[in-house]
Amino acid sequence: MNWLLVIAGAVVGAPLRYLTDRAVQARHDSLFPWGTFVVNAAACLALGLLTGALLAGAASSRLGLLFGTGLCGALSTYSTFSYETLRLAERGRKFQAAANVVASVLLGLGSVHLGTHVARALFA
Amino acid sequence: MTRPVPGAEAIDPDVDLHVPEQRTEPQGRVLAAVAAGGAVGASARYGLSLLWPAGHGAFPWATFWTNVAGCALIGVLMVLIGEGGRTAPHPLVRPFAGAGVLGGFTTFSTYAADFSRLLDEGEAPAALGYAVLTVAAALGAVWAAASVTRLALRRRCG
Repeated sequence: MNWLLVIAGAVVGAPLRYLTDRAVQARHDSLFPWGTFVVNAAACLALGLLTGALLAGAASSRLGLLFGTGLCGALSTYSTFSYETLRLAERGRKFQAAANVVASVLLGLGSVHLGTHVARALFA
Repeated sequence: MTRPVPGAEAIDPDVDLHVPEQRTEPQGRVLAAVAAGGAVGASARYGLSLLWPAGHGAFPWATFWTNVAGCALIGVLMVLIGEGGRTAPHPLVRPFAGAGVLGGFTTFSTYAADFSRLLDEGEAPAALGYAVLTVAAALGAVWAAASVTRLALRRRCG
């Protein structure tokens, strides 16, 4: 049952990442990987809120597997993020590569942390 | 001999609209391939997290190695797809293996949540160490794997 919850979340999360990435790219023409950047930040905020709800006892562990491990886990990606950073650096866009790393990490870590504490306060 | 392929200049390995061929990808089949790959990748990640659980205040090694391995594999995959062989790979290989399996296997959200958990458990040095070490190892892995794969292809092709 737990495996099915993770798979059900991932079956939605992975294509949602692909579609969001496409939709974001269609709205700008820069080489900066805004699509992956936006998807990772959104997944981090969502996982933070869910973690807060779990810690406050307002969400079940099954919900955690479906939305956290499955959906948010597959929605966000480290492989695409790191490959894009490598490509930017290889094409001489060193500043964009560095900015992608610093901004993605700071925003991701901040979003989860903020989301966790906001949800914990709300559901407490 | 390596062949110049459309998309060799792409930044985004999942989908890059700068590449004309990827603007017109058949959405239904590509989405199904990404979903199927995502299920495989996420299951593997979940399996590793069960085998290697991170207890209270512990360093999340399962997530760490999942992300580092996934980054190394995307480096190998994208060089093979872009520069290896004389015929173009099947159009669903990149969506299935790259966006699907490796995208579903690696996770940015769990990485961030691990950091937040360590911080809340009063393990600030471990949290910061984990955050920095993952970034460094992931970027090192994708660079090293892509470089070694390129070198191997050149040797094989003379």
